[in-house]
Amino acid sequence: MSVLLIAEHNNSNLKVFTLNAINAASKIDSDIHVLVAGNKCENVSKEVALIPLVKKVLQSESTNYENYLAENLTPLVVKLAESYTHIIAPADTFGKNFMPRVAAQLDISQVSDVITINSPDTFVRPIYAGNAFATVKSNDKKKCITIRPTSFDPAPTSGGSAPIEKIDAVDVPNVSKFIKREESKSERPELGTARVVISGGRGMQSGENFKLINAIADKLNAAIGASRAAVDAGYISNDHQVGQTGKVVVPDLYIAVGISGAIQHLAGMKESKVIVAINKDGEAPIFSIADYGLEADLFEALPQFLDELKKLNTIQK
Amino acid sequence: MKILVAVKRVIDYNVQIRVKEDGTGVHTDNVKMATNPPDDNAVEEAVKIKESGKAKEVIAVTVGEEKAQETVRKALAVGVDRGIHVKTDSYVEPLGVAKILKKIVEKEKPDLIFMGKQAIDDDCNQTGQMLGSMLNWAQGTFVSKVELREKTIQVTREVDEGLETLEINLPAVVTCDLRLNEPRYASLPNIMKAKKKPIEQLFAKDLGVDVANRIQQIKVEEPPKRKGGVKVANVAELVSKLKNEAKVI
Repeated sequence: MSVLLIAEHNNSNLKVFTLNAINAASKIDSDIHVLVAGNKCENVSKEVALIPLVKKVLQSESTNYENYLAENLTPLVVKLAESYTHIIAPADTFGKNFMPRVAAQLDISQVSDVITINSPDTFVRPIYAGNAFATVKSNDKKKCITIRPTSFDPAPTSGGSAPIEKIDAVDVPNVSKFIKREESKSERPELGTARVVISGGRGMQSGENFKLINAIADKLNAAIGASRAAVDAGYISNDHQVGQTGKVVVPDLYIAVGISGAIQHLAGMKESKVIVAINKDGEAPIFSIADYGLEADLFEALPQFLDELKKLNTIQK
Repeated sequence: MKILVAVKRVIDYNVQIRVKEDGTGVHTDNVKMATNPPDDNAVEEAVKIKESGKAKEVIAVTVGEEKAQETVRKALAVGVDRGIHVKTDSYVEPLGVAKILKKIVEKEKPDLIFMGKQAIDDDCNQTGQMLGSMLNWAQGTFVSKVELREKTIQVTREVDEGLETLEINLPAVVTCDLRLNEPRYASLPNIMKAKKKPIEQLFAKDLGVDVANRIQQIKVEEPPKRKGGVKVANVAELVSKLKNEAKVI
């Protein structure tokens, strides 16, 4: 057995969810090869080579790989797949986009969003927005798997010295053209990996009112999340959405403010270690999963929260 | 232009899922069913394009048991022209569904295919990408905005970093995010009219594709329950508990 893992990166740096996927892959087999397909992505390959769990880095460079278009990446992965038993990627928008294309070419039924690896062919994955866990066994000879990154710790990043092998680029179909990417720049920790997340919902009533949340996020070094209702209402951009079809987060502390707790939102945060809910509706479903519930008007509670935090001598970062 | 929309019947998104005691799945008897939410966005977008004069015909297709037809009927009631129901006896994995849809595409020759980005039952997020792959077509996934051009379609994708814009060649598969549009409700006269619109029924086994499932479901169980927490009286108590009891700040 051997694993081909597809690295997610931006041509300069490795994206952290690749590390979680590498750790998950190590529970399948120790022979892990990582494909770094990109353009001028040498630095990424070097970064990957330092990961002790990685046995070999495959670097393939072409302008066609620069923006990780699924149509362009697929022929390369399919060609390499021949030598491997498991093809693995993180189950974020990168992995979700291309992996089913690879699986279809190989006539493999993909196992999406794996949260536990029981054996090389048996996995646990959430279904129905995490309201049920399915244990499934893949009977395909080869497996295509995406890993829910927040369910696995990231692999250590130093001490390794895997060889870097150059791989020729493969012809691409030329059916898709990258136009632009609008990334939300933020000084705050990334939502997917932050230790503390504070999220606002429809109860925030406006985008302007998110400044109350920002102030607390500054104090706690927290990432800012949102319910779909808040994103749809235009209070905040889509990349903040936590939930079934948004991001799944597992912080040490999740603070839900003005969020009622729809099933779809809970799917994205209920594995958090400690959950706080602040809501004026005492019957809101969010309270049923919150470790600490505060039934209060958020417009009074948030400024008080900030004042209380200011009184503390130390705050964990 | 001809547009194909794929729709799926799932447990309504408002229903609290109950796992069967014997571990074989979730309860579906006497449970409210509905069209998979982002599939409604897919239907809406196709109908809007037709209304703008850029498409001549919109066809809705579903794969599933007898009652899956209801989702096609609902699509017909909001402006889709005709329907196709590929009947199956049991659950078909996304790989099998994509193979069935490929057969339908070969027959109907649409220029554009819309479907939801993910079904809220199995949460696989695969079918659109697999279909695009099998057809060697371009794909736009998790799309919240489309702009139809002469021979291409510009799509705005919701990705982890924010938004990404691609211009993809037609024919193409586009998987829709809930933010793509606001699906309309069917009016009563249109619901009545939809009853007269044709739904062609086919059988998966007659299409000559192998839809046997490759993934064996060993068991389905409830996720570990969070034990109920406490309500705190005020903000000072909350912060004190976070600091001294939970030790997270």
